[in-house]
Amino acid sequence: MSDAFLDLQGLSLGYGATLAVPALDLAMAEGELLALLGPSGCGKTTTMRAIAGLLQPRAGRITLAGRDITRVSAHQREVGLVFQSYALFPHLSVFENVAFGLRLRKVDAAELQRRTQEAIAMVGLAGFERRLPRELSGGQQQRVALARSVVVRPRLLLLDEPLSNLDARLRLEMRSELQRLQRELGVTMMYVTHDQSEALALADRVVVMREGRIAQQGSPVDIYERPRSAFVARFVGFENVFAASADGALRPWVEGQPGRAWRPRQVLLGQGPHEGQVLGASYLGESVEVLLHTAAGPVKAQAAPDAPRRVPGETLRFDLPIADAVLLDE
Amino acid sequence: MTRPFNGMRFSGALALGAVLLFLLGPFVVIALAGLSAGDTLAFPPQGLSLRWVIAVFGMDNFRASFWLSLQLAIGSTALALLLGVPAAYGLARYRVPGRELVRTLLIAPLIVPGIIVGLALLRHAVIPLDLGVTWALILAHTVLVVPYAVRVVTASLDNLRTDVEEAAVMLGATRLQTFFRIVLPNIRSGIIAAFILGFVTSFNQVPVSLFLTGPGITTLPIDMLTSMEFVYDPSIAALSALMALLSIAIVAVAERALGLSRYV
Repeated sequence: MSDAFLDLQGLSLGYGATLAVPALDLAMAEGELLALLGPSGCGKTTTMRAIAGLLQPRAGRITLAGRDITRVSAHQREVGLVFQSYALFPHLSVFENVAFGLRLRKVDAAELQRRTQEAIAMVGLAGFERRLPRELSGGQQQRVALARSVVVRPRLLLLDEPLSNLDARLRLEMRSELQRLQRELGVTMMYVTHDQSEALALADRVVVMREGRIAQQGSPVDIYERPRSAFVARFVGFENVFAASADGALRPWVEGQPGRAWRPRQVLLGQGPHEGQVLGASYLGESVEVLLHTAAGPVKAQAAPDAPRRVPGETLRFDLPIADAVLLDE
Repeated sequence: MTRPFNGMRFSGALALGAVLLFLLGPFVVIALAGLSAGDTLAFPPQGLSLRWVIAVFGMDNFRASFWLSLQLAIGSTALALLLGVPAAYGLARYRVPGRELVRTLLIAPLIVPGIIVGLALLRHAVIPLDLGVTWALILAHTVLVVPYAVRVVTASLDNLRTDVEEAAVMLGATRLQTFFRIVLPNIRSGIIAAFILGFVTSFNQVPVSLFLTGPGITTLPIDMLTSMEFVYDPSIAALSALMALLSIAIVAVAERALGLSRYV
């Protein structure tokens, strides 16, 4: 028995004929805020649904707070889930949405009233108790969904793409709100996202998934600064991946082989040992993005907006300093 | 500003008028004939009066068959919903083997002519099982109404996202609690719409009932059909108009309150 708070052992998940997750091992500490990061179809949502109990695993074990919950049905798991679509009950008011779980638990009237009000106030919706979900904005609906999940004090709170349906300003607001909630309630939280900035900004630990397997896990800084594979490197913005050659020449990276990776802003334009042809340059305000064609593959560079203008077709020398590169195992 | 003559607009209006005349014409003829002051069924009516409308309410046989039709419509529709709502839910939410086949079978009574349904039920259910007239009628009308229940409820289930149900489960609700607390309230208007459609279908039903009614126990439409063979006064016309008005009123109220046309 491991002492992890949430422990997934050899979890195998699939729908019908497709095997989404072959064999996953993942552990979480109590009070941790973990992000499952990956492109769509990497198995992150499937994993979350299995932890929630909405998908029965084909093999493996799920342990939560020392209890094997693999065969426990979803409604008895004490796991909360905030859906990407919020999934509020359309016929119930904000108050009744939040009170729903407490009513099922037959909490007495006074306590129900108090805890529901508290949860609604906590997400800043006091005064909205009698509104129906359709009378709320997207951000407000999400807060209701959040309050509804935490009011029953789940041992583990799962969030599916919690920020993806919000506009940029609300996203920032909700991000700090989630962090505050997690601090105040001390609840163990796992959320799924395909957005690396969302994962890095919010989580204590990031688990990058690819094709149903863990590609890499670590602190946000670990993942962002020290990706170990080309897949993770590209995911966190190291867009230039080449083979790790001894002589420093640019060669195409081969799947499974060691490589070196650079961010676009690490590419030095105008001088250096390599040569490429400008394919295009786009002005992004704070910088100019230049795309180069080379024999070893495309190179994306980021230049200062006041740097010399590059015209498509122009031949340009550039450098990818080996000292700056991140080394990739595969 | 003058509008240019628009040939399309004119012929469109003409076609619409023809369709309305075709649909509503018979009703107008019957209604006027029922308002006749004369002693025989005739159109145009011989003077206007409410004489026959009032007389209809005093006729014992019609009163008895009206009550039977009413009870039958309510009973069989309720029964059809009791069967149809869970069926629609199961078909919509679970991977049932042969789901499409079951769906097709459930819709079949809508497509198969009533005469055939009536005859088949009589030969292969009512006679072998020795069902009484009342049970035979309830069985037949339930069979006829189930498709409406399934279709209409399926349409409103499609509007309810499944993750709303999953959210209830995650908050600790069992499947059954989820159904009663979340699903039912959200498909309520679909159920009411199905009830009204079923009611009207059963209440106006002729071909199936024709085979199954018996001496002394008959539904209103069948009673009217038989009366027409030997009664020539305008009471039948008055009664027909009243029944049509009842159906129109029910559907109109449903349309105003629920937007019935969304489901059909």
